[in-house]
Amino acid sequence: MRVYLEAARMSYRCYRTYGAATLAGLATNGFFGLLRSSVFIAFYEGRPIAEGYTLDDALTYVWLTQGMIMPLFLWGWLEIADTIRSGSIASDLAKPLDYFGFWLGRDLGRAAYHILYRWLPTILIGLIFFGIGLPGSALAWLAFALSFLLAIVLSFCLRFMINVVGFWTTDVRGIMGMVLLFVNFLTGFLVPLEFFPPALRAIVTELPFAAMISIPNKIFLEQAQGRDLLLLLGRQLFWVVVFVGAAWLLLRSATRKLVVQGG
Amino acid sequence: MPLVHVEHLQKRFRVAERGGGPLGALRRVISREGRGVREVAAVEDISFAIGRGEMVAYVGPNGAGKSTTIKMLTGILVPSGGSVVVDGLIPWRQRTMLAARIGVVFGQRTQLWWDLPLIESLRLLRHIYKVPEGRYREKLARLTDLLDLGPFLDRPVRQLSLGQRMRGDLAASLLHDPKILYLDEPTIGLDVVAKERIRTFLLDLNRREGVTVLLTTHDMADISRLCERMLIIDHGKLLYDGGVGAIAERYGGERRLVVDLAEDVAAPAVPGARLERREGTRLWLSFRREEIGAPALIAALTARYAIRDLTLEEPDIEAVVRRIYEEGLP
Ligand SMILES: Nc1ncnc2c1ncn2[C@@H]1O[C@H](COP(=O)(O)OP(=O)(O)OP(=O)(O)O)[C@@H](O)[C@H]1O
Ligand SMILES: [Mg+2]
Repeated sequence: MRVYLEAARMSYRCYRTYGAATLAGLATNGFFGLLRSSVFIAFYEGRPIAEGYTLDDALTYVWLTQGMIMPLFLWGWLEIADTIRSGSIASDLAKPLDYFGFWLGRDLGRAAYHILYRWLPTILIGLIFFGIGLPGSALAWLAFALSFLLAIVLSFCLRFMINVVGFWTTDVRGIMGMVLLFVNFLTGFLVPLEFFPPALRAIVTELPFAAMISIPNKIFLEQAQGRDLLLLLGRQLFWVVVFVGAAWLLLRSATRKLVVQGG
Repeated sequence: MPLVHVEHLQKRFRVAERGGGPLGALRRVISREGRGVREVAAVEDISFAIGRGEMVAYVGPNGAGKSTTIKMLTGILVPSGGSVVVDGLIPWRQRTMLAARIGVVFGQRTQLWWDLPLIESLRLLRHIYKVPEGRYREKLARLTDLLDLGPFLDRPVRQLSLGQRMRGDLAASLLHDPKILYLDEPTIGLDVVAKERIRTFLLDLNRREGVTVLLTTHDMADISRLCERMLIIDHGKLLYDGGVGAIAERYGGERRLVVDLAEDVAAPAVPGARLERREGTRLWLSFRREEIGAPALIAALTARYAIRDLTLEEPDIEAVVRRIYEEGLP
């Protein structure tokens, strides 16, 4: 267990060495947040509520999801695939380590950094300039924190699996690109899933992608209480279990036919 | 029971002809077949055994299959045929269990965390290998001393010179007291001084702590300085397994006599020796130990010609190995 904590701590420190990148990224996040906010402001002109979202809810949603971009890191992450391609994965595999756990630890360390230095400042920008709403009770914060954590683990599993495909093909970038096409829509990142046409929405909310952004977002907005809240968390947990299992199986079949590149 | 036991080891890679874009890649993942799969035999048929405490050189030209063999010995590659047993374990099946007993350095890449101070990588390894705190401190102090890590323990790895990084990697592979150390080109790209420092360290490690070492290198000086035994492979097959000294004598063990004649001679010839080269009055004569001894040759020479100076050159492994690479075994 200690190993995985240490891996997390080191990964956190690695990201901390790139402060300038963080600042630049924050500026970009802020800019797109502004853009998305103004779209919603225009949309709500003369319309008090849409699909259960008031303008305030929509703005909260915008800044929350802008903040979640980096902690979830869904938009392209090839760290493992790169180690497969370069062959440096050999050193990791020649160690008495649970490979999945090792990278999960590393990714949680990375996410911790991005929560502190990307999510938090983005939320603050939303709070100061758009007066977005925050969860009103400690319990709501706790539920959100749990949901956020589950979403991060889930996103890690998805990225892990895409990367592990690198054992079979060197073109992981292409597959990652294809998945990302869907991720933007299906997670509810571009538009809340509630805004989808009912038939589509019924399907999309059933998919694991909803558990990455849509559910934590609903919980942050306190759209679900009591039993409903537990059901949402349960749904996330369910997908985490499924994804961890799938990632494990994929890794097992990958290591069984290991090919490490390069001399 | 030898520590490393390899029998008729084989590794074939299936190389998919590229193309098809991401969809093609996806199809290859799903069907495992795809179109145009070619087989490359990296290791064809290699057998050897290494005993405890040996230090063995594993040599061969580029693409001979050295790294591929090492990867199979560590368990990160599954053999296509034959068998490997390391310290009683089957590497690819018991990879994690074996990992605690071996150390590996891939000279061309690093296992250290690029952005963090060297000491951080070493600390993580202590947890990975579950080295007790006290033992770790002792070991770290010793390695720091022997490899002179002190000046750069706290510097980010990306700022280290290649020689410093290599010493860091060596330390990293030894913290957990492995029984066997695999070194894949540990001196690659290093200057003479840095190489010598690493050689001295390895000799000491092998002699004093009895660590078994298998190392690949393209530097024959590494071999003559470190190893008593060498394995030469090419095209995935074993060409030679034996003493480092013996090889020069057995194959292409030609010694060379450089002679400066006092005056020009039209067609100098000495029975038992071959005229390899001549430049004015200087002659290079090569001869085999079995055919004629150096004193006899020199006597024959002085009997025929007036000689100003003589130098005897012993065969060097480099030349022998080069010849084996080029022509195979005589
Ligand atoms: N992952 C791979 N896929 C396909 N072919 C490979 C792979 N790895 C190695 N090979 C091929 O197998 C052969 C042996 O490679 P290997 O890396 O073992 O050579 P080597 O002896 O270590 O050479 P070098 O001295 O250049 O490091 C080469 O022809 C190489 O192209
Ligand atoms: Mg190699």
